Amino acid sequence: MFATALIVFRETLEAALFIGIVAAATRGIAGRTLWLSAGVMSGMVGALALAAGAESIGAWADGIGQDLVNVWILTIALLMLAWHCIWVSTHGREMSQEAKQLGTSTRDGERAPWALALAVGLAVLREGAETVLFVSGFVTGSSSGSHTMLIGSALGLLAGSLLGLLMYFGLSRIRPHRLFAVTNTLVLLLAAALASQLARTLAQSGLVTVWSDSLWDSSWLLAADSPLGTFLHALIGYDARPSGLQLAFYVCAIAIIGIATRQMRLRQARRWHPNPVLGT
Amino acid sequence: MNTGFTLGVSLRCLLATAMLSACAFAHAGDPEANLVIRNHRFDPAELKIPANQRVKLTVHNQDDTPEEFESHQLNREKLVPPGSKVVIFIGPLKPGRYDFWGEYNEATAKGVVVAE
Repeated sequence: MFATALIVFRETLEAALFIGIVAAATRGIAGRTLWLSAGVMSGMVGALALAAGAESIGAWADGIGQDLVNVWILTIALLMLAWHCIWVSTHGREMSQEAKQLGTSTRDGERAPWALALAVGLAVLREGAETVLFVSGFVTGSSSGSHTMLIGSALGLLAGSLLGLLMYFGLSRIRPHRLFAVTNTLVLLLAAALASQLARTLAQSGLVTVWSDSLWDSSWLLAADSPLGTFLHALIGYDARPSGLQLAFYVCAIAIIGIATRQMRLRQARRWHPNPVLGT
Repeated sequence: MNTGFTLGVSLRCLLATAMLSACAFAHAGDPEANLVIRNHRFDPAELKIPANQRVKLTVHNQDDTPEEFESHQLNREKLVPPGSKVVIFIGPLKPGRYDFWGEYNEATAKGVVVAE
């Protein structure tokens, strides 16, 4: 039962942290609960469908169908996070300045967080499909003791979700005007983590062959399957033996999003004239 | 709109990077290796493959439960649905031993890739 709980916990953790961070990043935006719930729900429905079709998908394209699906999921999720980082770091700052001047913390004027809702849905889809497949394996399979395994799965799911909640409430304690900076950095690192996973999936499927050697081995310092390693893998994409391609994707994601954000801010700064009477 | 423009530029940068790094695509000449999962065990448990070459590894899960092929040393992780065959490209590897296991049945599903 414990082993089952641990496996489900590991699968859940990544999506749960993702949701926790996104929920904190969208605090105060009108309708965000609805958007994020819609993202999570459609991700769950998609996960059931993906798990149901796993056998036929796996056989696609000469046995790399699963990787192809993951490449698409990761790419779209990555673009959504990039979009959020670039958009919110410019408009979001404007909004929080306005909010401060008006003495309120509402962010009613902000656009619906559809990009983040979609990214959340995709995270749930990817991790959820694996969990569904795993759980359905011992429900329909021949292995004995499926009853205790179901309890184990439920416990794992609960523990993973709890960590997501902890992340959310932890971030919620940060004061509103600093919350932007913190959640934006976290979303940026999530994006980089997705980019690194994308690189690994491309190599595993044989689509990309270059820079496949691992650059270093830090498993003696922090093993990937240790609790902290698992946590950091989910949060910032920690890998004990990253390939050159993974590091390249990781750094490129941060650089591209960073440069685009800077350019947007410069553009914004030219247009944005703070009111000298209200400015602090 | 500016946002769209910037995103467009970033998209193009991303695409360019992807294409640059993908200059060498899969080719037919990769040596192949096969693994079978039966009763939550890998067969063969010790898989010999040529070193310094990329290898096309086919994993056939003959159980009626899913398995996840996982290896930190090979930097690979892939689901193998019940009754399915999946392909995982590994390497090129330096000569040595590389542990792998089935995440869903860690107690029994263990193996090692020997590159030589």
